[in-house]
Amino acid sequence: MRSICFYFQVHQPNRLRTYRFFDIGEKHDYYDNYTNRMIMRRVADKSYLPMNALLMDLINEYGSAFKVSFSISGIAIEQMKQYAPDALESFKRLAETGNVEFLTETYAHSLASLKSRKEFEKQVKMQTELVEKTFGVKPVTFRNTELIYSDEIGAMVADMGFELMLTEGAKHVLGWRSPNYLYTNAINPKLKLLLKNFRLSDDIAFRFSEQGWSEWPLTTKKFVGWLNAIDKNDEVINLFMDYETFGEHQWKETGIFDFMRELPARVFADSDYTFNTPSELGKMLQPKGPIHVPYPISWADEERDLTAWLGNEFQDEAFDKLYQLEDKVNICNDESVKNDWLNLQTSDHFYYMCTKWFSDGEVHKYFNPYGSPYEAFINYMNVLSDFEIRVDNCAGESEVDAETLKEKTEELLEEVQKSAKKIIEKTKKTVKKTVDKNKDLSFDDIKDLSNTAVKKLLKEVDLQDLAVVLKDASEEVTEKIIPNLGKRAQKSLAEIEKELGKVKKTDIKKIKKDIEGKLKELFKK
Amino acid sequence: MKVLMFGWEFPPHITGGLGTACYGLAKGLTKHNVELIFVVPKAYGDEDQSVARIVNASEIPFVLTDEEHKEFWSKIKYMEIGSKIVPYVDPEVYAKTYEENKKTGESFTSKVFDKKYEFSGKYGPNLMEEISRYALIGSTLGIEEDFDIIHAHDWLTYPAGIAAKKASGKPLVVHIHATEFDRSGRNVNREVYDIEREGMQAADMVIAVSNLTRNTVIEHYGIPPEKVVTVHNAVDQSMMQDVMEVKKPFKEKLVTFLGRITQQKGPAYFIEAAYRILQKDKNVRFVMAGSGDMLNQMVEHVARLRISDKFHFTGFLKGKDISHVFALSDVFVMPSVSEPFGIVPLEAMRSSVPVVISKQSGVAEVLTHAIKVDFWDVEGMADAIYGLLHYEALNKVFRKYGKKEVENLKWEDAALKVKNVYQTVLSNYNNK
Repeated sequence: MRSICFYFQVHQPNRLRTYRFFDIGEKHDYYDNYTNRMIMRRVADKSYLPMNALLMDLINEYGSAFKVSFSISGIAIEQMKQYAPDALESFKRLAETGNVEFLTETYAHSLASLKSRKEFEKQVKMQTELVEKTFGVKPVTFRNTELIYSDEIGAMVADMGFELMLTEGAKHVLGWRSPNYLYTNAINPKLKLLLKNFRLSDDIAFRFSEQGWSEWPLTTKKFVGWLNAIDKNDEVINLFMDYETFGEHQWKETGIFDFMRELPARVFADSDYTFNTPSELGKMLQPKGPIHVPYPISWADEERDLTAWLGNEFQDEAFDKLYQLEDKVNICNDESVKNDWLNLQTSDHFYYMCTKWFSDGEVHKYFNPYGSPYEAFINYMNVLSDFEIRVDNCAGESEVDAETLKEKTEELLEEVQKSAKKIIEKTKKTVKKTVDKNKDLSFDDIKDLSNTAVKKLLKEVDLQDLAVVLKDASEEVTEKIIPNLGKRAQKSLAEIEKELGKVKKTDIKKIKKDIEGKLKELFKK
Repeated sequence: MKVLMFGWEFPPHITGGLGTACYGLAKGLTKHNVELIFVVPKAYGDEDQSVARIVNASEIPFVLTDEEHKEFWSKIKYMEIGSKIVPYVDPEVYAKTYEENKKTGESFTSKVFDKKYEFSGKYGPNLMEEISRYALIGSTLGIEEDFDIIHAHDWLTYPAGIAAKKASGKPLVVHIHATEFDRSGRNVNREVYDIEREGMQAADMVIAVSNLTRNTVIEHYGIPPEKVVTVHNAVDQSMMQDVMEVKKPFKEKLVTFLGRITQQKGPAYFIEAAYRILQKDKNVRFVMAGSGDMLNQMVEHVARLRISDKFHFTGFLKGKDISHVFALSDVFVMPSVSEPFGIVPLEAMRSSVPVVISKQSGVAEVLTHAIKVDFWDVEGMADAIYGLLHYEALNKVFRKYGKKEVENLKWEDAALKVKNVYQTVLSNYNNK
């Protein structure tokens, strides 16, 4: 007895709107809600709803003999809630049959497993809770974004308590071994692995409508013939693919729905295969042994590596810059920041920046809203620049506050000390100057005296002497003295000066000395 | 295979892109064993004869015997020369030529039927007379020379091409480097348009330098699509300016526009983009290098937006000064409203300067490593420039791929396509 295991991936990113640099710091709405709604609605109508109805028919017809599994990213679930609740309802109906297993992954369909264990665990926990809440069953099987896997990622997943994980049956990892067995993680053998049979999966997912393909058209008869041709000892054929294969990648007109509707009957009639879910197989099958995956693999492109999302300059700069914000986001309590943090991690944004297809861009133009990786990168970085400002502000409020306060206080204290010092210095100088002046008051110092002081002095001085001494006085001193004389005294002084003839220098000197004596008498304490 | 090719100029005596393109193509064709007789109105003797036998039209004596020639001449004799009909020529050069000719008092007509005629080979006020005489020479060469096919570059040489075809009965290919719509926008010179259309109609096959130009040829000239083939221009590395290393004298980043300042080059869109960036980031300077009839208007535009402290005009640049500007630049912008091909961004890329180009340029069709925006989308243009100035990875990627991409645009490849056109034309011709 051999098994067929179907797993379908459902994911739609929240695509970013055209976000210009002049929006940075001004506007914080990042998403192209119109396009997101439109695409979700279109995919729901063309793919999810008709295919879910088809699966429901098959389950009704074959009962527990027909089983499939899904993983629906958290972001896709949220989008469906908003834009296509009917599609979400039909997934719930499938869940209720008990024939459909729902797997868990990272909530944001992110690449966190490659960068941050903490963030990875957080998102898996979130997603597990969301799946349980939405579909009523706690998921026990894990699949990582784009089936990305390495020994270390597997070990992390095992540490989280999962016992089964899905990944790619990459040729360069398997070598001569067949993907059609259960394997274990190389570090922690508790984690079992189901590997995608990429040839048979891609025959349906990619080549089904390819008219240049030598096997076109693909019939159920042919497909079951291939299944029968597989070594009898092989145990499980894992058919893993995007759910949009049905009706979106392969249009209805290609006959893809008819193929799927017919397949179970053909399998039951012409082969010994059964349909099983991943968790059933995890319990049923004996692992064949460990597989070693030192470098991460994925289910993408010929290379089955990470180069669709990471590795070029755009992707690496954006990815590193994003995760530099992780610590700050974690101390932030703003719900919208947390939500944007998840959405910005979605792998699709990095996929749009891929430069691998400069030569043949066709395959990846699908759903790509950008004309070139340059535009994808610029737009993402504009959004990220705004996000960074918000994260800084938000994180700053709690943590930075205390520190800045301390800093500011210290600064202030220093300033106060500085200005106090200045004032003291100044006062000292003034005091010294005054003291120095009083030491030997000279006749010329009259100019610096206050008017009151001059008046006081003039009372002591004879007008005759004043007239003599003014003959040789500086202008400043004269100007200080005259206004301080009474009007009559000014008149008398003028008369005396007229009559005054030549004055001996010795007389002036003598009178100056007298006045200086009086100054000292009056003002020195 | 032997080709009689009519051009207007040939290096080193060139005033613009036409001569450079002809030279590149000629060199490429020789690599594919195509023999060329390259006719120019005036040869100086120092042209590169290794790629083609250069025929100096000034040395071809012409004897008027045919009534048809007279009739032909009478058709285009009295066309007035406006500054805008001149292709690929900078206004300075044109004005200079024009002034010189005014001084020497060269007259407009009359010498066309002299036995010998000294072409200026420039774009002077005697242009129409020269074109006519050139056509007469074309007919003489058509009889005298031995060749399989005729190839004429841009409207100046179409009358010569047509005349040669008439005289020899050999097939004609015309090559569109620019149309009157690219040069003049909406103010199309009717006479030039007629010459262009006549050339395209008379041709067995039309080569356009871009799909953009091809569409113009089909839509505006009514030429059947199956007769028009796109062969993108390439880059002759030896004709490019040397890359310079210069230390920037200021700390701001520099964003550059370089080209004629005319409506068709979209200078106003560049200014509007600059204004938007300066609202957000004062750490940028902008330079508009070049001259043209809209220069004053642009200076006023900048002053009105109050960004003159960060926005500079250099006037017309050439040679080393161009390399210097590129060496200082962090981003180059070509916001052309209509650009048949556009070689300047390629020069910028050679200097590892990232470029933002309008989708309305032929060169956008061949470049992957350039950011392409609609010329009217000033916000998109501003955003692209801002991104290039702020996000380091963009520069890294451009430095990694941009220069290489330019170096891979080889005339050899373009020439092979031209040769294929010859072969198609010849096989149709022989089956007739």
